[in-house]
Amino acid sequence: MKPLALIGGLFIVGLSLHLPHTAKGSDPPPLPPLKWGADAEGGAPYVFKDPKDPAHNIGFEVDLAAALARELKREITFTQYDYVSLLPGLERRDFDFAMNGLEVTPDRTQRYRLSRPYYTYKLQLVTRKDDSRFASLDDCKAKRAVVGTLGDTAAQRLLDKQGIKNRIYDGQVEPYADLALGRIDAVLLDLPIAVYYAQPNPKLKFVGEPFAEGHYAIAFRKDQEALAQQVDAAIDRLAAQGELARIFEKWRIPSDIPVQWTLGACAKLLGEAAVTTIEISLASMLVAVALGLVLATMRLYGPAPLRWLAVGYIEFFRGIPVLLFLVFLYYGLPGISAQFGWPVSLEMGRMTAAILGFGLNYAAYEAEIYRAGISAVPHGQWEAAASLGMAPTITFRRIILPQAIRTILPPMTNDFVSLFKDTSVVSVIAVVELTKQYLILSKSSQMYLQVGVLTAIYYLAMSIPLSYLSQYLERKWSKGVR
Amino acid sequence: MPLPPTTHVEFRGLKKRFGNRLVLDGLDLSIDVGETVALIGPSGAGKSTLLRCLNGLTHFEAGEIRIGDELIQSNGNTSAKAVRQVRRDFGMVFQDFQLFPHLTALENITEAPRQVLRLSHNAARQRGVELLTRVGLGDRTDAYPGELSGGQKQRVAVARALAMQPRGLLCDEITSALDPELKGEVLAVLEDLKRDRMTLLVVTHEIGFARRAADRIVVLADGKVIESGLPEEVLDNPKHERTRQFLRQVMR
Repeated sequence: MKPLALIGGLFIVGLSLHLPHTAKGSDPPPLPPLKWGADAEGGAPYVFKDPKDPAHNIGFEVDLAAALARELKREITFTQYDYVSLLPGLERRDFDFAMNGLEVTPDRTQRYRLSRPYYTYKLQLVTRKDDSRFASLDDCKAKRAVVGTLGDTAAQRLLDKQGIKNRIYDGQVEPYADLALGRIDAVLLDLPIAVYYAQPNPKLKFVGEPFAEGHYAIAFRKDQEALAQQVDAAIDRLAAQGELARIFEKWRIPSDIPVQWTLGACAKLLGEAAVTTIEISLASMLVAVALGLVLATMRLYGPAPLRWLAVGYIEFFRGIPVLLFLVFLYYGLPGISAQFGWPVSLEMGRMTAAILGFGLNYAAYEAEIYRAGISAVPHGQWEAAASLGMAPTITFRRIILPQAIRTILPPMTNDFVSLFKDTSVVSVIAVVELTKQYLILSKSSQMYLQVGVLTAIYYLAMSIPLSYLSQYLERKWSKGVR
Repeated sequence: MPLPPTTHVEFRGLKKRFGNRLVLDGLDLSIDVGETVALIGPSGAGKSTLLRCLNGLTHFEAGEIRIGDELIQSNGNTSAKAVRQVRRDFGMVFQDFQLFPHLTALENITEAPRQVLRLSHNAARQRGVELLTRVGLGDRTDAYPGELSGGQKQRVAVARALAMQPRGLLCDEITSALDPELKGEVLAVLEDLKRDRMTLLVVTHEIGFARRAADRIVVLADGKVIESGLPEEVLDNPKHERTRQFLRQVMR
């Protein structure tokens, strides 16, 4: 009924443009777009960068999403998300569903609401062309081959079960690259991946027939039953219409369209990512510089409990990897507040988490830089100011800190420059910054050199002006001082 | 027991130790308003410590110091207000200058009046320029300490102390770090201040200056006053053997 009413409505609008209100009244309120989470980094043929235009994603899951959008009459938008963080991201409600070659497993079936399978895959063993030692998985086991695969996949579980030594990779490009270089003996991965990443490589060959069938499904949260049922029905319809088969046939073998990206297009995408890098770096440095000063003064002048607190903070944050803290902050905290029934939600956006994560972490380092700089100011300066009747707080602000800044500035600039680069780990909480964008673009295009040079230029464009600014300030602030 | 109006400072039974070493050993000393007192004596006698106790920069274990109506008590029991008041009353000049290196000569002088006395920018500046002129550095207002000679630095330091308009000045070996040819310019400033009836408490090794400018010479040894009197008495006719010994060493 609804489609008919909609067409009728459009018809009326088309005929009588001077009466828009009567037509509008009969339209159902449009649903917000569905957000689909997937990783486009080296993700052929599922989701990957269009060889014609790096700003577009293509792949059979992109086509499937478009078909689903048509069936559901609802827009579907793509959210870039690290593959390893996809399911935590789904739980965090960063997007509405995850569709990225997720295999149906008993664990996942229990924890998530998986859709009806939309694709049946098999595994393919790949070795080097000049290597005749392994004709099957059994050979790999008998001859103690090291087999590369992706983590948390059916292939990895199979290798584990058979007791075959495996090496786990984060992406699908790297295992084949390592295999070609002789660093591992074989790669076991889903056939579509092998077709796209191994078959074109003249150094590699498929060994035996594909085997160990399994299914891909779309993952929802358990509380999304209604949506999941709609999607199940839509997949059924697409299968019945033959649309699913058409989509998969289209992507069965790689197209031989060469990558035609212009450097300008890459530069634009990298530039957008660089803005994210700059935002995170500047904001977290601001947090770190402010909090670091507080920590340093606590440690230097505070009463014992505050001093211990500062020392504890500094040792803690200097001792743990920022990656660990970021993941905890973003994925862990909301669960904790919910688990203990705290009245406050500790959920935060990814930019907030990134800024807080780095800010709190770097504050520990900046605190020690402040402390060193402040301690380097001769004690006589305090006495001179005191003898003039200046209170300690005024002395600190007007006399000690301005002198300490000269010692503080160079190591702090140093930290700031490394922060620009360290922020690359925020991709684990699904922020696409410069390095992540570099990985996505270069793995999709194999233009490692060109994209790499562009990326390096962006990083240098951030760090070099910073160094000059620091030198300028150092000169300015040490005027007349010997 | 208020002090008689002619007495500016009175030290009573001051005791101070650094570890095992007794630096001040029950020291008694009284200074008159407007008096110029040269404190001399062998190193380690407690001369500098005496000035630092007076200005609240160092605590002492026993005794007390009266400055006008204010009382500096042992073990840091002095009220913050009293310390503040005493520091207003006495400026201090250090052996190693301790100018603020990030500020110009003029800013060194105006900083405390502006921050502590809340003087306006112009008023502080006017006072600063006057003081710099008075110590003969009217043309170096914008120089940073790093650009000044030792003698010039010390004159800026004196001007800085004077900017708070104290009634007295504590000078802790203020010419010891200077080359001989630069000592004179600093001592000349002190002699100028003496004419203004400022109370000057000067720890010094400059016996010539002490004879010329001091109203009284006080000899400290082993944390006590061993001799005190007019310069000619103490220097030409010392009564105490320790004084004679000390004078022989510095006059040599």
